[in-house]
Amino acid sequence: MSNDPTHQFLVNKIVPIEIGGIDFSFTNASLFMVATVGAAAGFLYLTTSQRGLIPTRMQSVSEMSYEFIASMLREGAGNHGMKFFPMVFSLFMFVLTANLLGMFPYFFTVTAQIIVTFALAVFVVGTVVLYGFYKHGLGFLKLFVPHGVPGALLPLVVTIEIISFLSRPISLSVRLFANMLAGHITLKVFAGFVASLSAFGALGIGGAVLPLLMTVALTGLEFLVAFLQAYVFAVLTCMYLNDAVHPGSH
Amino acid sequence: MFVTAAYAQQSTTTEGNEAHDAATAGEVHTETGVAHEGEHGSGVFPPFDSSHFASQVLWLAITFGLFYVLMSKVIIPRIGGILETRHDRIAQDLDEASRLKGEADAAIASYEQELANARAKGHSIADTAREAAKTKASADRAGVEAELAKKITAAEARIAEIKSKALADVGAIAEETATAVVQQLIGGNVTKAEIAAAVKASADN
Repeated sequence: MSNDPTHQFLVNKIVPIEIGGIDFSFTNASLFMVATVGAAAGFLYLTTSQRGLIPTRMQSVSEMSYEFIASMLREGAGNHGMKFFPMVFSLFMFVLTANLLGMFPYFFTVTAQIIVTFALAVFVVGTVVLYGFYKHGLGFLKLFVPHGVPGALLPLVVTIEIISFLSRPISLSVRLFANMLAGHITLKVFAGFVASLSAFGALGIGGAVLPLLMTVALTGLEFLVAFLQAYVFAVLTCMYLNDAVHPGSH
Repeated sequence: MFVTAAYAQQSTTTEGNEAHDAATAGEVHTETGVAHEGEHGSGVFPPFDSSHFASQVLWLAITFGLFYVLMSKVIIPRIGGILETRHDRIAQDLDEASRLKGEADAAIASYEQELANARAKGHSIADTAREAAKTKASADRAGVEAELAKKITAAEARIAEIKSKALADVGAIAEETATAVVQQLIGGNVTKAEIAAAVKASADN
């Protein structure tokens, strides 16, 4: 086993595919994307197959995630925003499942790849922009002009609003990516301490208790982060979608 | 810098012939990694290795697209349906419960009504009976009293008759007694007329 904390983020080709000189290989990352989709869809499908009037425990987990996202979206973007429910629900479930799958030892963490989180963020912001212009035309640009700002300050405020809007895909993607990456590296480093200290005889094994406790605590924290980052991603998606649905209202 | 040291060490042991690459790899953690874009893999911090970006995006699009379709066509309608059915069922049960409660309230009200009626009827029956009994009792008493008065009157008349008759006899008895007493005492010849006069005189006294 490699002691290198970044080794776990290496992308390896499983089935090399090349189309038009561009590498589209099926990699371990692709494998875990498939696993994420399989696990999330499989869980939701199997737990709800009874369609019980009185839910089983697992069925109520699926129902709770549904109602959780539904209420989040309704609060964030209002009833008009509910047409984006499949999108937000898919994003949340995908990110959550990918984060949680990454907690298994030796598993690849899809959301610790900046390109993956960036692609998801671009998907969100792209949806906001496309829907905003489709629904409101140029009125969507009112998003950048807040109400009640004095004329003299307007150019400055509009500039700030535009920069803030453009930084959204970056902040959205880097937040998720960096949290997952840093967490996994920290976990790996502390676990690595346990192994390297144990090599120094009895005293080392005694000393290894501390990083071991740290590793256990960090594992708990990482599970929290895995959920929290999926939640944050979904909440911010709801807020951005609110801009597309009600551009002039903030 | 445990991370860097470990990474560098690892790189030198596994890729001994690329010692130069490994040395630069140690620094990549703190740098951008963009400088190594051209080189394929090994030296770049893995998440910033752009050589697999195209493949990642393609497979993300395929898998997430599939996931989105599965969610919007299968899972969301299904869970939505389950929740809707439950919501309807609960609303229906609540309606049924409030309907039954209404019926129960009506039954209680009619029961109370009947009870009140019965109580009122009972009272009136009791009153009537009491009145009738009272009337009958006073009539009976009046009849009895009248009869008694009649009997008393008859008895008084009889007593008076007996008394006058007795009083009438008193004179004769006294004359006889006086005659007998006188004959015993004096053995004389006293006439009946004298004795009668004497009795009459004492009776008058």
